[in-house]
Amino acid sequence: MSNFDVELDTSGLNCPLPVLKARKALSEMSAGQRLHLIVTDAGATQDIPAFSKMTGNPLLESNEQQGKLHFILEKGSE
Amino acid sequence: MAKKLAIIASKGTLDGAYPPFLLASTAVALGFEVKIFFTFYGLQLLNKNLNLKVSPLGNPAMPMPVPVPSIVQVIPGLEWFATWMMKRKLKQKGVASVEQLRDICVETGVDLIACQMTVDLFDFNEEDFIEGISSGGAATYLEFAGDADVSLYI
Repeated sequence: MSNFDVELDTSGLNCPLPVLKARKALSEMSAGQRLHLIVTDAGATQDIPAFSKMTGNPLLESNEQQGKLHFILEKGSE
Repeated sequence: MAKKLAIIASKGTLDGAYPPFLLASTAVALGFEVKIFFTFYGLQLLNKNLNLKVSPLGNPAMPMPVPVPSIVQVIPGLEWFATWMMKRKLKQKGVASVEQLRDICVETGVDLIACQMTVDLFDFNEEDFIEGISSGGAATYLEFAGDADVSLYI
């Protein structure tokens, strides 16, 4: 994974909590900072890209490691 | 301009409480402006103390550990058991509680509107409702829903 500023592990939490927690984390970050989001909810493969697209926080990276989904989101400038 | 989500919440069961609060809290996270209009049994979702239940009775699609014939489902305690089982499962699977989702809705500014006609009809006491509820009627809902991007009846 590339560099990030904030890490948020939502392992064990199900829809919609990963999205809600990601939103909260991003709201406390400044533009250009990067969030490393870890999710075990399988629906996140579709939900996080949708969240990224709708909120203008670019999804820079996504992959799966040891059964967990990892995303790098960059806080947008709104 | 922000997208808008308008929801009518008409169910007061545990399973019926999830869709409105879940979609509303997520919609806010996606930048929507959201209003939920609570009517009929949905008004139960506004009570300070939620005591929501789920019943297998009249719901043949509800997964049960063993098949329970309808005639047996009237036995006192079965509804309690089904509710306990559902809550346990929700927790095990990391699903937020209804209270948690409702709190997020309140904190993030979802507009919760109690249908005045059904509040009167069932003699609901507005003092039993959580803080910050507004009230309105059909026209209040339709004014917002008229130019909403998504409008749901649940």
